[in-house]
Amino acid sequence: MKYDAIVIGAGMSGLAAGIRLAMFDKKVVILEKHSISGGLNSYYQRRNFDQGGVRQFDVGLHALTNFIKKGEKGKPFSKLLKQLRLSYDDFKLCPQTHSRISFPDVELKFSNEFDLLMTEVSEKFPKEIDSFAVLVEKVKGFNELDLSLGYTSSRDTLKKIFKDDLLIEMILCPLLIYGSAWEDDMDFAQFVIMFKSLYFEGFSRPEGGVRTIISLLLKRLEEVGGEIRFKSSVTSILTSEMGQVVGVDLGGEILYAPIILSSIGYPETVRITPALESPSSPRVGAMTFLESIFIFDKKIPLDQNNSTIVFYNNAKNYSYRPATNLYDSTSAVVCFPDNYEAQKNSGEGVIRVTFMANYAHWKELGREEYDLKKEQVGESALKLIKTMVPRFDGKVLFKDIFSPLTIERYTWHLNGTVYGSIDKTRDGTTKVAGLFIIGTDQGFLGIIGSILSGISMANLHGLMGAKHEV
Amino acid sequence: MTASNVRQIVLDIISDIAPDEDVTVIDDAKSLREQLDLDSMDFLDIVMELRKRHKVEVPQEDYSKLATLESCVSYLSPKFA
Repeated sequence: MKYDAIVIGAGMSGLAAGIRLAMFDKKVVILEKHSISGGLNSYYQRRNFDQGGVRQFDVGLHALTNFIKKGEKGKPFSKLLKQLRLSYDDFKLCPQTHSRISFPDVELKFSNEFDLLMTEVSEKFPKEIDSFAVLVEKVKGFNELDLSLGYTSSRDTLKKIFKDDLLIEMILCPLLIYGSAWEDDMDFAQFVIMFKSLYFEGFSRPEGGVRTIISLLLKRLEEVGGEIRFKSSVTSILTSEMGQVVGVDLGGEILYAPIILSSIGYPETVRITPALESPSSPRVGAMTFLESIFIFDKKIPLDQNNSTIVFYNNAKNYSYRPATNLYDSTSAVVCFPDNYEAQKNSGEGVIRVTFMANYAHWKELGREEYDLKKEQVGESALKLIKTMVPRFDGKVLFKDIFSPLTIERYTWHLNGTVYGSIDKTRDGTTKVAGLFIIGTDQGFLGIIGSILSGISMANLHGLMGAKHEV
Repeated sequence: MTASNVRQIVLDIISDIAPDEDVTVIDDAKSLREQLDLDSMDFLDIVMELRKRHKVEVPQEDYSKLATLESCVSYLSPKFA
């Protein structure tokens, strides 16, 4: 079978790329190994027999970043609406109340109104408010979408602006844990993307969670005539002797296309492309996580906690790196999804707790030990919840914990990495002509970032580049 | 095809790409980018829609000729002839 383009992976970037190509009459197929779409932002279900039903959980989604109000223009979210011709209302966004960065002696709140963070910084770090204004101007004036930028350390940049290390740590904490493949630091272009996404624009959650977004994208793909195949695992990316991509092997069936957009990760793509193998292959990132999800028999009263996301750190120095042991409970991201507006006030309460983990240690465990350790993670998470909402007496109806191994098993990202390789290819190119990387390892992260990555790479290499090949 | 036909074709495309924009107030001589919320991605869509709907090709080096509505009409009219 011959196509104009093949997209590997039906995550956010793959679906977006497929839509863009099909919109302009390219014959395109998206190949997905899993039986459902979403990739790192997917969903799963668990039976719970005592309550006689099936519960569905989102995998990745704590928050959708890049919140805009209806009609707001020139923002990443409005760009994706236009490019995919989707309507704002279909996303059914429920904005956050506010979130907070919680360190041992100080807290900073932020919301979808940037002024709140400005006020918080001026109150808690009065000596640094002018420096903060300098950073804000620097972020505003920075062109983070310049695909030719190299790596610059955010920490070094921040150290030149601020005197107070604690403020640097607090500003970095949510940005790192919501999108850095690098340990304890991130590329400054990435910092700017994240600063705008989280602090300037803020959080919301689509009613119905990540499935709302996935359904919208799948429906759009169908409307524009794109094809999608599930349970289709690419065993090899085929190249010609000239070093041009020619197609993919599905373990017997061969599909041909002059353009392949791979969203499965840079190292993961190299692994199935014999022509890309070299000693300087992109490195697998180290950042992976554990998440515990609890369903309580009642909601957490707002007078006990009214934040949506809490970026919690109890260590003297915040550390963003793989845990020394199986996991690190001194810091966490705690998500209270009930505190998105328009969520019901009665019924069950939900809390999600994310800890940094260490893939290698989890990999070593035997089956029984693995289950036991997962239980321990759940207990640590409950303990943390107890310190945050000490008066809350809700009963746990259901819990589920996923580990780096779970992430690896269902997303096929090596070592369960969530933010991909530390070697990004910002323009998407690889050493093989016609083979491009999209999604996380192209460098745009999060749901909105991934969708924009798929769009911009499809535009650049699939639509604009198309003319040059003929 | 008359100049006003070509003008309408471009306006129809812009309305579909950016449904929130009011295309009735466009000054033909002024840059589209300055009057509407259009970025390089949107200009690519104008080019792609011209190809898809009217089989009119605009090579990448000519994208700048689509800067104003006036320049769109003078550049595209011969292609519609």
